[in-house]
Amino acid sequence: MSVVPDEKAAVASAGVRAEALHFALRNGKLLAGLAVLLALLLLGLFGPLVSAGDPNAYVGPQFAPPSGDHWFGTTLFGQDIFTQFVHGLRATFLVGLLGGGIAAVIGMAIGFTAGYRGGVVDEVLNMLTNIVLVLPALAVLLVINAYLGIRSIPVQAVFIGLTSWPWVARAIRAQTFSLRTRDFVDLARLSGVRPWKIMTTEIAPNMSSYLFMAFILLFGGSVLIGASLDFVGLGPTDSISLGLMLNNAARYNALHLGMWWWFIPPGLGITAVVGSLYVMNVGLDEVFNPKLREM
Amino acid sequence: MRRYFGRKLLIYGLTFFAAVTINWLIPRLMPGDPVASMVSRANLTQPEAVAAMQAYYTGLFGLDLPAWQQYLNFWGALLRGDLGISIWLFPTPVADVITRAVPYTLGLLVPAILLSWWAGNRFGAFAARRRLLDNTVLPVGYILTATPYMWLAILLAWGLGIVAGIFPVAGGYSYAMRPNLSWEFAGSLALHWFLPFLSLFLVAFGGWAIGMRNMIIYELEADYSSYLAALGAPRRLIRRYAFRNAVLPQITGLALQLGVLVAGALVTEVVFSYPGLGSLILKAIQNQDFFLLQGIFLFIVTGVLIANFVIDIVYVLVDPRTRAGMGAEA
Repeated sequence: MSVVPDEKAAVASAGVRAEALHFALRNGKLLAGLAVLLALLLLGLFGPLVSAGDPNAYVGPQFAPPSGDHWFGTTLFGQDIFTQFVHGLRATFLVGLLGGGIAAVIGMAIGFTAGYRGGVVDEVLNMLTNIVLVLPALAVLLVINAYLGIRSIPVQAVFIGLTSWPWVARAIRAQTFSLRTRDFVDLARLSGVRPWKIMTTEIAPNMSSYLFMAFILLFGGSVLIGASLDFVGLGPTDSISLGLMLNNAARYNALHLGMWWWFIPPGLGITAVVGSLYVMNVGLDEVFNPKLREM
Repeated sequence: MRRYFGRKLLIYGLTFFAAVTINWLIPRLMPGDPVASMVSRANLTQPEAVAAMQAYYTGLFGLDLPAWQQYLNFWGALLRGDLGISIWLFPTPVADVITRAVPYTLGLLVPAILLSWWAGNRFGAFAARRRLLDNTVLPVGYILTATPYMWLAILLAWGLGIVAGIFPVAGGYSYAMRPNLSWEFAGSLALHWFLPFLSLFLVAFGGWAIGMRNMIIYELEADYSSYLAALGAPRRLIRRYAFRNAVLPQITGLALQLGVLVAGALVTEVVFSYPGLGSLILKAIQNQDFFLLQGIFLFIVTGVLIANFVIDIVYVLVDPRTRAGMGAEA
């Protein structure tokens, strides 16, 4: 292959990237979502350093509403809710990143392989995808978590990742299907490029924007599933998460006691993380898809 | 047509098979001696109960039998409707415990799913019509779909239940009543049903409204819409065609969302102590009642599979293209 087409391609892709960046910087939804997400991420990263110590420690007066000493108030037992909140945010991001990441990797691997190989491989992988797709993930996770007694956030995230990949695999398979018959892929195949290389250098870059958006949705989904598991009492016992905070608040009657500061922050935290991800996703869609741009 | 349903049936059959196998496998993968730990967790005081439990578990796990025989026995018991005996409500059979809870869960789920789907689609199509409406509906929809079911449930229980005092926040009916066939009891049932229903409805509604809005915009930009407009067709007619086309992916979406909706109902029930399967799961986890948990698991899986199959049939009835060119896509 000569150098010129490569250079041309490089210039073209740089142009596409610059254009995407141009529209990204002018997309209100993307920027707003990103701002909220970054603020929460920073709070999760640095909050535990400022508000140091065990989030479950009994540090203050019991049953105290928000004040200068305890920004988000305290629980029925005198635990600082702000400390729990920032530690919980950290757990939320960990579950999203790990769960979403694992699901994305599995979904991509299965989707690319099924779509590119076709034939029997596709049949088998497609069957597997459909099976996992119709099994309700939460029900499977409930049984697994209850039996194995998993009480750590990373292990929980791994299991969430292992059950939430099917729709991505399906979507990527469909896209690979349409891409693999294009001329540039045929050309690569004829020039003896190995399948793995074709998938990573020819096919995957063409749907990089889609892959990124799928990861964002998986991230949000993992956070919501993790929160549900924590809420029914299958959360961590040695640390804290936002779902566990909600569980504690519900279990110790925060509602009847009127302790709104106990159950509003954790739920708001989850909603803000997932909501900003969804809004970012819409923004990204508009950036990558010229048809949707508002003039 | 036959090929399409044959394929679907095969997938659902295999899924059920996989679920049962998972259910059988997990206790055997559990570290330690399951029988001893489960008996000790059951917290039984009478020695005869302990012995019965021990014998029951050993028999059920069939630890002296070869694995393949244990597996076949498990299937045999399952097909006879024998899901074991609950530890928490010893000696009630798990199947009976589940049967008592199911009407409550179905009573919440079926109306919430159908109404949110119907209303969300209508509303989403309506919102795509006007910019002002679109700009207010869209953010609200996104906030709603991003809300964890239990949090919205907690907020509603607090706001409408405790602060405003309109609705009761716990139980399936008034604690002062026994289930009977009277208007008074029906009223109590309806009052207790409303808040859990509303929280399920709202979260799902947001998702459907957004999905429909996006689909309608996509359809209105499609060639056939421009063609109709060029022919001078009234806008209402164009919208009707767009709606019809946009509803189809929403039916597929319903099949995909089913598992999530069921999960939502389970955690919502926990918030309201609503006497359905969700509360049962919580009790099973708290009491380490694994037979109950496994039984509920199988029940949910079966329910989701049946519902998926119904959606498949509806899809074929609604979409003439699937009816005509059946077979290629499964």
